[in-house]
Amino acid sequence: MTIDQATVKKIASLARIAISDDEAAGLEGELNNILGWVEQLGEVDVSGVEPMTAVIPNKLRLRDDVVDADPLTGGGRRDDVLANAPEPQHGFFGVPKVIE
Amino acid sequence: MTDLTNLTVAQIRDGHRAGDFSAVEVAEAFNANVAAAKALNAFIVETPELAIEAAKAADADRAAGTLKPLSGVPIGMKDLFCTNGVQTTAASHMLEGFVPRYESTVSQKLWDAGAGMLGKLNLDQFAMGSSNETSYFGNVISPWRRNDGGDAALAPGGSSGGSSAAIAARLCPAATGTDTGGSIRQPAAFTGISGIKPTYGRCSRWGIVAFASSLDQAGPMARDVRDCAIMLENMAGFDPKDATSLNLPVPDWEAALSSDLKGKTVGIPKEYRLDGIDPDIDAMWDAGIAMLKDAGAEVVEISLPHTQYALPAYYIIAPAEASSNLARYDGVRYGLRDLPQGAGLQDMYAATRAEGFGPEVKRRIMIGTYVLSAGFYDAYYTQAQKVRTLIARDFEQAFASCDVILAPTAPSAAFGLGEKMADPLAMYLNDVFAVPASLAGLPAMSVPAALNREGLPLGLQIIGKAFDEQGVLNAGLAIEERAGFNARAEKWW
Repeated sequence: MTIDQATVKKIASLARIAISDDEAAGLEGELNNILGWVEQLGEVDVSGVEPMTAVIPNKLRLRDDVVDADPLTGGGRRDDVLANAPEPQHGFFGVPKVIE
Repeated sequence: MTDLTNLTVAQIRDGHRAGDFSAVEVAEAFNANVAAAKALNAFIVETPELAIEAAKAADADRAAGTLKPLSGVPIGMKDLFCTNGVQTTAASHMLEGFVPRYESTVSQKLWDAGAGMLGKLNLDQFAMGSSNETSYFGNVISPWRRNDGGDAALAPGGSSGGSSAAIAARLCPAATGTDTGGSIRQPAAFTGISGIKPTYGRCSRWGIVAFASSLDQAGPMARDVRDCAIMLENMAGFDPKDATSLNLPVPDWEAALSSDLKGKTVGIPKEYRLDGIDPDIDAMWDAGIAMLKDAGAEVVEISLPHTQYALPAYYIIAPAEASSNLARYDGVRYGLRDLPQGAGLQDMYAATRAEGFGPEVKRRIMIGTYVLSAGFYDAYYTQAQKVRTLIARDFEQAFASCDVILAPTAPSAAFGLGEKMADPLAMYLNDVFAVPASLAGLPAMSVPAALNREGLPLGLQIIGKAFDEQGVLNAGLAIEERAGFNARAEKWW
Protein backbone atom coordinates (compact mmCIF):
# COMPACT_ATOMS: atom_id res chain seq x y z
CA MET A 1 0.00 0.00 0.00
CA THR A 2 1.49 3.35 -0.91
CA ILE A 3 0.52 6.64 0.60
CA ASP A 4 0.42 9.92 -1.28
CA GLN A 5 1.06 13.46 -0.14
CA ALA A 6 -2.59 14.07 0.60
CA THR A 7 -2.54 11.08 2.96
CA VAL A 8 0.66 12.36 4.59
CA LYS A 9 -1.09 15.65 5.27
CA LYS A 10 -4.14 13.84 6.60
CA ILE A 11 -1.96 11.82 9.00
CA ALA A 12 -0.16 14.99 10.08
CA SER A 13 -3.46 16.64 10.85
CA LEU A 14 -4.61 13.59 12.84
CA ALA A 15 -1.30 13.75 14.73
CA ARG A 16 -1.73 17.53 15.26
CA ILE A 17 1.60 18.35 13.65
CA ALA A 18 1.78 21.27 11.24
CA ILE A 19 3.84 20.37 8.16
CA SER A 20 4.84 22.30 5.07
CA ASP A 21 4.48 21.03 1.49
CA ASP A 22 8.23 20.39 1.39
CA GLU A 23 8.10 18.32 4.55
CA ALA A 24 5.11 16.38 3.24
CA ALA A 25 7.04 15.55 0.08
CA GLY A 26 10.02 14.30 2.10
CA LEU A 27 7.86 12.29 4.48
CA GLU A 28 5.99 10.67 1.60
CA GLY A 29 9.12 8.84 0.51
CA GLU A 30 10.31 8.00 4.02
CA LEU A 31 6.95 6.69 5.23
CA ASN A 32 6.41 4.60 2.10
CA ASN A 33 9.87 3.14 2.52
CA ILE A 34 9.20 2.15 6.14
CA LEU A 35 5.64 0.94 5.53
CA GLY A 36 6.77 -1.08 2.52
CA TRP A 37 9.31 -2.79 4.75
CA VAL A 38 6.88 -3.58 7.60
CA GLU A 39 4.42 -5.08 5.15
CA GLN A 40 6.47 -8.30 5.23
CA LEU A 41 4.54 -9.03 8.44
CA GLY A 42 1.63 -9.94 6.21
CA GLU A 43 3.52 -13.13 5.26
CA VAL A 44 3.26 -14.53 8.78
CA ASP A 45 0.48 -17.03 9.38
CA VAL A 46 -1.21 -15.78 12.53
CA SER A 47 -4.37 -17.84 12.34
CA GLY A 48 -5.45 -18.80 15.83
CA VAL A 49 -2.87 -16.47 17.43
CA GLU A 50 -4.07 -13.94 19.99
CA PRO A 51 -2.53 -10.46 19.82
CA MET A 52 -0.25 -9.80 22.76
CA THR A 53 -1.76 -7.54 25.40
CA ALA A 54 0.70 -8.01 28.28
CA VAL A 55 4.29 -9.05 27.78
CA ILE A 56 4.61 -10.46 31.30
CA PRO A 57 1.37 -12.00 32.59
CA ASN A 58 0.44 -9.62 35.36
CA LYS A 59 -2.96 -9.09 36.97
CA LEU A 60 -4.08 -5.50 36.79
CA ARG A 61 -4.23 -4.03 40.24
CA LEU A 62 -6.86 -1.58 41.34
CA ARG A 63 -6.12 1.24 43.70
CA ASP A 64 -8.00 1.40 47.00
CA ASP A 65 -11.18 3.39 46.52
CA VAL A 66 -10.25 6.17 48.93
CA VAL A 67 -9.61 9.86 48.41
CA ASP A 68 -5.90 10.65 48.23
CA ALA A 69 -4.80 7.01 48.47
CA ASP A 70 -1.39 8.24 47.38
CA PRO A 71 -0.61 11.79 48.45
CA LEU A 72 1.79 12.18 45.52
CA THR A 73 -0.75 11.35 42.84
CA GLY A 74 -3.87 12.45 44.71
CA GLY A 75 -5.36 15.92 44.85
CA GLY A 76 -4.38 19.16 46.54
CA ARG A 77 -1.28 19.82 44.46
CA ARG A 78 -2.50 22.62 42.23
CA ASP A 79 0.64 24.72 42.41
CA ASP A 80 2.86 21.76 41.53
CA VAL A 81 0.60 20.80 38.65
CA LEU A 82 0.60 24.33 37.25
CA ALA A 83 4.30 24.97 37.91
CA ASN A 84 5.39 24.09 34.36
CA ALA A 85 2.33 25.36 32.47
CA PRO A 86 3.18 27.90 29.76
CA GLU A 87 0.23 30.22 30.55
CA PRO A 88 -1.39 29.49 33.92
CA GLN A 89 -4.15 31.94 34.78
CA HIS A 90 -6.01 32.29 38.07
CA GLY A 91 -5.10 28.74 39.08
CA PHE A 92 -6.07 27.19 35.74
CA PHE A 93 -4.38 26.20 32.50
CA GLY A 94 -4.73 29.04 30.01
CA VAL A 95 -5.54 28.33 26.36
CA PRO A 96 -6.51 30.52 23.42
CA LYS A 97 -10.16 31.53 23.29
CA VAL A 98 -12.27 28.62 22.00
CA ILE A 99 -15.75 30.23 22.21
CA GLU A 100 -16.55 33.73 20.97
CA MET B 1 47.16 8.52 45.10
CA THR B 2 45.07 6.42 42.73
CA ASP B 3 42.74 8.20 40.36
CA LEU B 4 39.38 7.68 42.04
CA THR B 5 37.56 7.94 38.71
CA ASN B 6 39.13 4.65 37.62
CA LEU B 7 37.36 2.79 40.42
CA THR B 8 34.22 0.73 39.91
CA VAL B 9 31.03 1.20 41.90
CA ALA B 10 31.97 -1.74 44.14
CA GLN B 11 35.47 -0.36 44.71
CA ILE B 12 34.14 3.11 45.54
CA ARG B 13 31.52 1.69 47.88
CA ASP B 14 33.99 -0.59 49.66
CA GLY B 15 36.82 1.96 49.75
CA HIS B 16 34.52 4.59 51.20
CA ARG B 17 33.23 2.11 53.73
CA ALA B 18 36.81 1.23 54.73
CA GLY B 19 37.78 4.89 55.05
CA ASP B 20 40.35 4.79 52.22
CA PHE B 21 38.92 8.03 50.87
CA SER B 22 35.97 10.32 51.52
CA ALA B 23 32.86 10.50 49.40
CA VAL B 24 33.54 14.19 48.85
CA GLU B 25 36.92 13.34 47.30
CA VAL B 26 35.17 10.91 44.95
CA ALA B 27 32.51 13.43 43.97
CA GLU B 28 35.11 16.14 43.39
CA ALA B 29 37.17 13.85 41.16
CA PHE B 30 34.17 12.96 38.98
CA ASN B 31 32.92 16.56 38.94
CA ALA B 32 36.32 17.59 37.58
CA ASN B 33 36.17 14.96 34.83
CA VAL B 34 32.65 16.04 33.89
CA ALA B 35 33.68 19.68 33.72
CA ALA B 36 36.68 18.83 31.50
CA ALA B 37 34.73 16.72 29.00
CA LYS B 38 32.46 19.23 27.27
CA ALA B 39 33.73 17.96 23.91
CA LEU B 40 31.80 14.71 24.43
CA ASN B 41 28.51 16.58 25.04
CA ALA B 42 27.43 13.73 27.33
CA PHE B 43 25.56 15.91 29.83
CA ILE B 44 22.61 18.20 29.21
CA VAL B 45 22.69 19.54 32.77
CA GLU B 46 25.56 19.19 35.24
CA THR B 47 24.76 19.09 38.95
CA PRO B 48 28.13 19.11 40.74
CA GLU B 49 26.53 20.66 43.83
CA LEU B 50 24.09 17.75 44.16
CA ALA B 51 26.96 15.26 43.91
CA ILE B 52 28.82 17.09 46.67
CA GLU B 53 25.72 17.34 48.85
CA ALA B 54 25.11 13.57 48.61
CA ALA B 55 28.81 12.94 49.27
CA LYS B 56 28.73 15.05 52.44
CA ALA B 57 25.70 13.08 53.60
CA ALA B 58 27.55 9.83 52.81
CA ASP B 59 30.58 10.94 54.81
CA ALA B 60 28.33 11.89 57.72
CA ASP B 61 26.59 8.52 57.46
CA ARG B 62 29.93 6.75 57.61
CA ALA B 63 30.90 8.69 60.74
CA ALA B 64 27.53 7.80 62.27
CA GLY B 65 27.71 4.15 61.17
CA THR B 66 24.56 4.40 59.07
CA LEU B 67 25.96 3.56 55.64
CA LYS B 68 23.60 2.81 52.76
CA PRO B 69 24.15 0.42 49.82
CA LEU B 70 25.41 3.16 47.47
CA SER B 71 26.86 5.61 49.98
CA GLY B 72 29.69 7.55 48.41
CA VAL B 73 28.84 6.61 44.82
CA PRO B 74 28.02 9.45 42.40
CA ILE B 75 26.17 8.48 39.23
CA GLY B 76 24.84 9.92 35.99
CA MET B 77 21.07 10.06 35.39
CA LYS B 78 19.70 9.68 31.87
CA ASP B 79 17.66 12.79 31.14
CA LEU B 80 14.55 10.67 30.64
CA PHE B 81 14.08 10.27 34.41
CA CYS B 82 12.15 13.07 36.08
CA THR B 83 14.23 14.62 38.83
CA ASN B 84 12.62 16.93 41.35
CA GLY B 85 13.86 20.47 40.87
CA VAL B 86 16.30 19.60 38.05
CA GLN B 87 15.46 20.21 34.40
CA THR B 88 14.26 17.07 32.59
CA THR B 89 14.03 17.34 28.81
CA ALA B 90 14.14 13.88 27.20
CA ALA B 91 16.63 15.71 24.94
CA SER B 92 13.73 17.52 23.27
CA HIS B 93 12.98 21.16 22.57
CA MET B 94 9.43 20.33 23.68
CA LEU B 95 10.51 19.89 27.30
CA GLU B 96 13.35 22.41 27.40
CA GLY B 97 13.04 24.23 30.71
CA PHE B 98 10.70 21.63 32.22
CA VAL B 99 11.50 21.28 35.92
CA PRO B 100 9.56 18.38 37.46
CA ARG B 101 8.01 18.81 40.89
CA TYR B 102 8.34 15.09 41.55
CA GLU B 103 10.99 12.37 41.37
CA SER B 104 10.88 9.20 39.27
CA THR B 105 10.66 6.03 41.37
CA VAL B 106 13.94 4.65 40.02
CA SER B 107 15.93 7.81 40.69
CA GLN B 108 14.34 8.16 44.14
CA LYS B 109 15.41 4.61 44.99
CA LEU B 110 18.98 5.41 43.97
CA TRP B 111 19.08 8.57 46.10
CA ASP B 112 17.54 6.65 49.00
CA ALA B 113 20.37 4.13 48.58
CA GLY B 114 22.88 6.94 49.09
CA ALA B 115 23.91 7.68 45.49
CA GLY B 116 24.56 11.25 44.36
CA MET B 117 23.78 12.86 41.00
CA LEU B 118 26.53 14.24 38.75
CA GLY B 119 24.06 15.45 36.15
CA LYS B 120 21.46 14.64 33.53
CA LEU B 121 22.79 12.66 30.59
CA ASN B 122 22.13 13.36 26.94
CA LEU B 123 20.16 10.86 24.83
CA ASP B 124 18.28 10.52 21.58
CA GLN B 125 15.23 12.76 21.59
CA PHE B 126 12.43 11.00 23.52
CA ALA B 127 14.76 7.95 23.43
CA MET B 128 14.10 7.54 19.70
CA GLY B 129 17.33 6.71 17.93
CA SER B 130 20.31 4.40 17.88
CA SER B 131 23.15 6.90 17.55
CA ASN B 132 22.45 9.96 19.71
CA GLU B 133 22.07 12.14 16.66
CA THR B 134 18.45 13.11 17.35
CA SER B 135 19.05 15.08 20.57
CA TYR B 136 17.94 18.71 20.45
CA PHE B 137 21.04 19.49 22.50
CA GLY B 138 23.50 18.16 19.92
CA ASN B 139 25.17 14.83 19.27
CA VAL B 140 27.02 12.92 21.96
CA ILE B 141 30.49 12.04 20.70
CA SER B 142 31.88 8.64 21.65
CA PRO B 143 35.20 8.80 23.48
CA TRP B 144 36.34 5.96 21.19
CA ARG B 145 38.11 6.50 17.89
CA ARG B 146 39.15 4.14 15.14
CA ASN B 147 42.81 3.11 15.12
CA ASP B 148 43.26 4.42 11.56
CA GLY B 149 44.88 7.61 12.79
CA GLY B 150 41.85 9.67 11.76
CA ASP B 151 39.66 11.49 14.21
CA ALA B 152 36.23 10.67 12.80
CA ALA B 153 33.54 11.29 15.42
CA LEU B 154 31.79 8.03 16.27
CA ALA B 155 28.31 7.33 17.63
CA PRO B 156 28.17 6.28 21.30
CA GLY B 157 25.03 4.27 20.47
CA GLY B 158 21.52 5.15 21.42
CA SER B 159 19.35 6.06 22.96
CA SER B 160 21.37 5.90 26.20
CA GLY B 161 24.46 7.34 24.47
CA GLY B 162 25.18 10.05 27.02
CA SER B 163 25.23 7.31 29.66
CA SER B 164 27.53 5.03 27.67
CA ALA B 165 29.94 7.80 26.66
CA ALA B 166 30.12 9.18 30.21
CA ILE B 167 30.95 5.79 31.74
CA ALA B 168 33.50 4.90 29.06
CA ALA B 169 35.20 8.29 29.52
CA ARG B 170 35.23 7.97 33.34
CA LEU B 171 32.83 10.87 33.88
CA CYS B 172 30.77 8.62 36.15
CA PRO B 173 31.21 5.07 37.44
CA ALA B 174 27.66 4.07 36.52
CA ALA B 175 24.52 5.57 35.05
CA THR B 176 20.89 4.81 34.45
CA GLY B 177 19.64 3.84 31.03
CA THR B 178 16.34 2.87 29.53
CA ASP B 179 15.83 0.18 26.92
CA THR B 180 12.84 0.07 24.59
CA GLY B 181 14.40 -1.83 21.70
CA GLY B 182 18.05 -2.06 22.71
CA SER B 183 18.79 1.40 24.09
CA ILE B 184 20.86 0.07 27.01
CA ARG B 185 22.57 -2.85 25.29
CA GLN B 186 23.59 -1.31 21.94
CA PRO B 187 25.28 1.80 23.44
CA ALA B 188 26.99 -0.42 26.04
CA ALA B 189 28.38 -2.55 23.19
CA PHE B 190 29.50 0.51 21.20
CA THR B 191 31.52 1.93 24.11
CA GLY B 192 33.00 -1.19 25.74
CA ILE B 193 30.90 -1.18 28.91
CA SER B 194 28.19 -3.41 30.43
CA GLY B 195 24.47 -2.84 30.69
CA ILE B 196 21.43 -4.89 31.61
CA LYS B 197 17.79 -4.50 30.71
CA PRO B 198 15.89 -6.45 33.37
CA THR B 199 12.61 -8.31 32.93
CA TYR B 200 9.80 -5.94 31.90
CA GLY B 201 8.20 -4.73 35.12
CA ARG B 202 11.25 -5.11 37.39
CA CYS B 203 11.90 -1.36 37.44
CA SER B 204 9.07 1.09 37.85
CA ARG B 205 8.34 3.26 34.84
CA TRP B 206 6.74 5.92 37.04
CA GLY B 207 8.33 9.30 36.38
CA ILE B 208 10.23 8.15 33.29
CA VAL B 209 9.24 10.09 30.17
CA ALA B 210 7.21 7.49 28.26
CA PHE B 211 8.14 6.33 24.75
CA ALA B 212 6.52 2.89 24.17
CA SER B 213 4.95 1.77 27.43
CA SER B 214 4.75 -1.98 26.75
CA LEU B 215 8.49 -2.05 26.00
CA ASP B 216 10.19 0.70 28.07
CA GLN B 217 12.29 -0.64 30.89
CA ALA B 218 14.97 1.05 32.99
CA GLY B 219 18.27 -0.60 33.78
CA PRO B 220 21.83 0.18 34.80
CA MET B 221 24.94 0.76 32.73
CA ALA B 222 28.37 0.39 34.31
CA ARG B 223 31.89 -0.81 33.67
CA ASP B 224 31.41 -4.39 34.81
CA VAL B 225 28.85 -7.06 35.63
CA ARG B 226 29.12 -6.71 39.41
CA ASP B 227 28.39 -3.00 39.20
CA CYS B 228 25.34 -3.71 37.04
CA ALA B 229 24.09 -6.13 39.70
CA ILE B 230 24.62 -3.58 42.49
CA MET B 231 22.90 -0.80 40.57
CA LEU B 232 19.98 -2.97 39.48
CA GLU B 233 19.33 -4.10 43.05
CA ASN B 234 18.94 -0.48 44.00
CA MET B 235 16.72 0.44 41.02
CA ALA B 236 14.31 -2.50 40.93
CA GLY B 237 11.30 -3.22 43.11
CA PHE B 238 7.54 -3.10 43.28
CA ASP B 239 5.88 0.28 42.80
CA PRO B 240 2.13 0.64 43.27
CA LYS B 241 2.23 3.77 41.08
CA ASP B 242 3.06 1.70 37.97
CA ALA B 243 0.32 -0.75 37.00
CA THR B 244 2.83 -2.95 35.16
CA SER B 245 5.27 -3.10 38.06
CA LEU B 246 6.06 -6.67 39.17
CA ASN B 247 5.09 -7.43 42.74
CA LEU B 248 8.11 -9.63 43.43
CA PRO B 249 10.96 -9.38 45.92
CA VAL B 250 14.27 -8.04 44.56
CA PRO B 251 16.86 -10.84 44.72
CA ASP B 252 20.33 -10.25 46.12
CA TRP B 253 21.94 -10.43 42.68
CA GLU B 254 25.40 -9.30 43.73
CA ALA B 255 25.73 -11.88 46.50
CA ALA B 256 24.68 -14.72 44.18
CA LEU B 257 27.10 -13.80 41.35
CA SER B 258 28.91 -16.90 40.13
CA SER B 259 30.70 -17.57 36.88
CA ASP B 260 30.51 -21.35 37.36
CA LEU B 261 28.10 -22.46 34.64
CA LYS B 262 28.26 -26.22 35.26
CA GLY B 263 24.88 -27.77 34.59
CA LYS B 264 23.75 -24.76 32.54
CA THR B 265 22.86 -24.88 28.87
CA VAL B 266 23.48 -22.01 26.48
CA GLY B 267 21.39 -21.69 23.33
CA ILE B 268 22.79 -20.28 20.09
CA PRO B 269 19.97 -19.03 17.84
CA LYS B 270 20.70 -20.12 14.28
CA GLU B 271 18.53 -17.34 12.82
CA TYR B 272 20.93 -14.73 14.23
CA ARG B 273 23.67 -15.92 11.84
CA LEU B 274 22.84 -13.29 9.26
CA ASP B 275 24.19 -13.46 5.73
CA GLY B 276 27.04 -11.07 5.21
CA ILE B 277 27.57 -10.48 8.93
CA ASP B 278 30.75 -8.64 9.89
CA PRO B 279 33.46 -11.35 10.28
CA ASP B 280 34.74 -9.68 13.46
CA ILE B 281 31.28 -10.04 15.00
CA ASP B 282 31.11 -13.68 13.97
CA ALA B 283 34.56 -14.40 15.41
CA MET B 284 33.64 -12.72 18.70
CA TRP B 285 30.48 -14.80 18.89
CA ASP B 286 32.46 -18.03 18.40
CA ALA B 287 34.95 -16.90 21.03
CA GLY B 288 32.03 -16.24 23.39
CA ILE B 289 30.73 -19.77 22.85
CA ALA B 290 34.16 -21.14 23.74
CA MET B 291 34.27 -18.99 26.88
CA LEU B 292 30.91 -20.26 28.13
CA LYS B 293 31.96 -23.85 27.44
CA ASP B 294 35.12 -23.17 29.41
CA ALA B 295 32.91 -21.97 32.27
CA GLY B 296 31.24 -25.38 32.31
CA ALA B 297 28.17 -24.74 30.18
CA GLU B 298 26.79 -27.01 27.52
CA VAL B 299 26.08 -25.28 24.20
CA VAL B 300 23.17 -26.19 21.94
CA GLU B 301 21.77 -24.74 18.74
CA ILE B 302 18.25 -23.35 19.10
CA SER B 303 15.75 -21.90 16.69
CA LEU B 304 13.82 -18.62 16.99
CA PRO B 305 11.90 -18.93 13.71
CA HIS B 306 10.18 -15.52 13.76
CA THR B 307 13.37 -13.52 14.30
CA GLN B 308 13.21 -11.75 10.94
CA TYR B 309 9.80 -10.31 11.80
CA ALA B 310 10.83 -8.83 15.15
CA LEU B 311 12.16 -5.58 13.75
CA PRO B 312 9.18 -4.74 11.51
CA ALA B 313 6.80 -5.66 14.36
CA TYR B 314 8.75 -3.39 16.68
CA TYR B 315 8.59 -0.50 14.21
CA ILE B 316 4.81 -0.74 14.23
CA ILE B 317 4.24 -1.31 17.94
CA ALA B 318 6.74 1.22 19.30
CA PRO B 319 5.61 4.13 17.08
CA ALA B 320 1.96 3.26 17.75
CA GLU B 321 2.50 3.55 21.50
CA ALA B 322 4.69 6.62 21.01
CA SER B 323 2.02 8.42 19.00
CA SER B 324 -0.37 7.85 21.90
CA ASN B 325 2.10 8.71 24.68
CA LEU B 326 3.38 11.85 22.97
CA ALA B 327 -0.13 13.18 22.45
CA ARG B 328 0.30 14.76 25.89
CA TYR B 329 2.68 17.37 24.46
CA ASP B 330 0.09 19.90 23.37
CA GLY B 331 1.41 23.19 24.70
CA VAL B 332 -1.21 23.42 27.45
CA ARG B 333 0.02 21.79 30.63
CA TYR B 334 3.82 21.84 30.37
CA GLY B 335 6.61 22.31 27.91
CA LEU B 336 6.78 24.44 24.83
CA ARG B 337 3.87 26.53 23.53
CA ASP B 338 3.88 28.01 20.06
CA LEU B 339 0.91 30.29 19.62
CA PRO B 340 0.89 31.94 16.18
CA GLN B 341 -0.83 35.30 15.89
CA GLY B 342 -4.61 34.83 15.94
CA ALA B 343 -4.35 31.05 16.27
CA GLY B 344 -7.06 28.91 17.84
CA LEU B 345 -6.57 25.86 20.01
CA GLN B 346 -6.07 23.34 17.17
CA ASP B 347 -3.57 25.61 15.42
CA MET B 348 -1.69 26.01 18.68
CA TYR B 349 -1.42 22.24 19.10
CA ALA B 350 -0.15 21.77 15.54
CA ALA B 351 2.31 24.65 15.69
CA THR B 352 3.62 23.60 19.11
CA ARG B 353 4.18 20.01 18.02
CA ALA B 354 5.77 21.07 14.73
CA GLU B 355 8.19 23.27 16.64
CA GLY B 356 8.87 20.99 19.61
CA PHE B 357 9.50 17.60 17.98
CA GLY B 358 12.55 16.70 15.90
CA PRO B 359 12.34 14.91 12.53
CA GLU B 360 12.75 11.35 13.88
CA VAL B 361 10.10 11.90 16.56
CA LYS B 362 7.69 13.33 13.99
CA ARG B 363 8.38 10.41 11.66
CA ARG B 364 7.54 7.90 14.38
CA ILE B 365 4.43 9.75 15.54
CA MET B 366 3.25 9.84 11.91
CA ILE B 367 3.83 6.10 11.44
CA GLY B 368 2.11 5.38 14.73
CA THR B 369 -0.85 7.56 13.86
CA TYR B 370 -1.16 5.85 10.48
CA VAL B 371 -1.02 2.26 11.74
CA LEU B 372 -3.59 3.04 14.44
CA SER B 373 -5.96 4.89 12.11
CA ALA B 374 -9.35 3.48 11.11
CA GLY B 375 -9.01 0.99 8.27
CA PHE B 376 -5.37 0.17 8.95
CA TYR B 377 -5.46 -0.81 12.61
CA ASP B 378 -6.00 -4.53 12.03
CA ALA B 379 -3.73 -4.82 9.01
CA TYR B 380 -0.78 -3.25 10.83
CA TYR B 381 -1.19 -2.99 14.58
CA THR B 382 -3.18 -6.15 15.37
CA GLN B 383 -1.02 -8.15 12.96
CA ALA B 384 2.13 -6.86 14.68
CA GLN B 385 0.79 -7.75 18.13
CA LYS B 386 0.01 -11.27 16.90
CA VAL B 387 3.53 -11.60 15.50
CA ARG B 388 4.77 -10.38 18.87
CA THR B 389 2.94 -13.30 20.51
CA LEU B 390 4.74 -15.67 18.13
CA ILE B 391 8.12 -14.10 18.92
CA ALA B 392 7.51 -14.50 22.66
CA ARG B 393 6.42 -18.11 22.02
CA ASP B 394 9.67 -18.76 20.10
CA PHE B 395 11.63 -17.79 23.20
CA GLU B 396 9.43 -19.90 25.48
CA GLN B 397 10.03 -22.93 23.30
CA ALA B 398 13.76 -22.25 23.06
CA PHE B 399 14.04 -21.97 26.84
CA ALA B 400 12.70 -25.51 27.14
CA SER B 401 16.13 -26.65 25.99
CA CYS B 402 18.46 -23.94 27.33
CA ASP B 403 18.93 -21.59 30.30
CA VAL B 404 20.33 -18.53 28.53
CA ILE B 405 20.85 -17.44 24.94
CA LEU B 406 24.10 -16.03 23.55
CA ALA B 407 24.20 -13.67 20.55
CA PRO B 408 25.96 -10.52 19.41
CA THR B 409 24.52 -7.29 20.81
CA ALA B 410 24.68 -5.36 17.52
CA PRO B 411 25.55 -6.31 13.92
CA SER B 412 28.44 -3.83 13.78
CA ALA B 413 30.82 -1.78 15.90
CA ALA B 414 30.15 1.93 16.43
CA PHE B 415 29.60 3.75 13.14
CA GLY B 416 30.55 7.31 12.33
CA LEU B 417 28.20 10.15 13.16
CA GLY B 418 26.22 11.05 10.06
CA GLU B 419 26.88 7.74 8.30
CA LYS B 420 23.37 6.37 8.73
CA MET B 421 21.27 9.46 9.35
CA ALA B 422 20.05 9.79 5.78
CA ASP B 423 18.39 6.37 5.81
CA PRO B 424 16.05 5.66 8.73
CA LEU B 425 15.72 2.00 7.74
CA ALA B 426 19.48 1.40 7.83
CA MET B 427 19.51 2.95 11.30
CA TYR B 428 16.65 0.75 12.50
CA LEU B 429 18.47 -2.39 11.32
CA ASN B 430 21.17 -1.74 13.92
CA ASP B 431 18.76 -3.03 16.58
CA VAL B 432 18.15 -6.37 14.84
CA PHE B 433 19.63 -8.51 17.66
CA ALA B 434 18.34 -6.38 20.53
CA VAL B 435 14.67 -5.96 19.63
CA PRO B 436 13.41 -9.58 19.92
CA ALA B 437 14.18 -9.78 23.67
CA SER B 438 12.47 -6.41 24.16
CA LEU B 439 9.31 -7.60 22.43
CA ALA B 440 9.28 -10.66 24.69
CA GLY B 441 10.00 -8.61 27.85
CA LEU B 442 13.03 -10.75 28.72
CA PRO B 443 16.11 -9.76 30.70
CA ALA B 444 19.15 -9.21 28.47
CA MET B 445 22.59 -7.75 28.93
CA SER B 446 25.57 -6.70 26.88
CA VAL B 447 29.14 -7.27 28.02
CA PRO B 448 32.25 -6.10 26.15
CA ALA B 449 34.01 -9.07 24.57
CA ALA B 450 36.54 -7.95 21.97
CA LEU B 451 37.98 -5.17 19.83
CA ASN B 452 37.46 -5.26 16.08
CA ARG B 453 40.08 -4.60 13.40
CA GLU B 454 39.49 -0.87 13.81
CA GLY B 455 40.18 -1.06 17.53
CA LEU B 456 36.53 -0.53 18.49
CA PRO B 457 34.68 -2.48 21.18
CA LEU B 458 32.19 -5.25 20.38
CA GLY B 459 29.60 -6.62 22.78
CA LEU B 460 28.09 -10.02 23.42
CA GLN B 461 24.47 -10.26 24.45
CA ILE B 462 23.00 -12.73 26.92
CA ILE B 463 19.23 -13.17 26.95
CA GLY B 464 17.56 -14.92 29.88
CA LYS B 465 14.21 -16.31 30.94
CA ALA B 466 11.73 -13.90 32.46
CA PHE B 467 12.77 -13.05 36.06
CA ASP B 468 16.15 -14.78 35.65
CA GLU B 469 18.43 -11.75 35.83
CA GLN B 470 20.77 -13.91 37.93
CA GLY B 471 21.32 -16.36 35.08
CA VAL B 472 22.04 -13.47 32.72
CA LEU B 473 24.46 -11.77 35.13
CA ASN B 474 26.28 -15.03 35.85
CA ALA B 475 26.80 -15.84 32.17
CA GLY B 476 27.89 -12.23 31.66
CA LEU B 477 30.42 -12.62 34.47
CA ALA B 478 31.78 -15.82 32.90
CA ILE B 479 32.41 -13.93 29.66
CA GLU B 480 33.82 -10.91 31.45
CA GLU B 481 36.36 -13.02 33.37
CA ARG B 482 37.49 -14.85 30.25
CA ALA B 483 37.43 -12.03 27.71
CA GLY B 484 39.60 -9.93 30.00
CA PHE B 485 38.40 -6.83 28.19
CA ASN B 486 40.31 -3.89 29.63
CA ALA B 487 40.73 -1.62 26.63
CA ARG B 488 39.69 1.98 27.06
CA ALA B 489 39.40 4.98 24.83
CA GLU B 490 42.54 7.04 24.58
CA LYS B 491 41.89 10.47 26.01
CA TRP B 492 41.56 13.21 23.37
CA TRP B 493 38.78 15.35 24.87
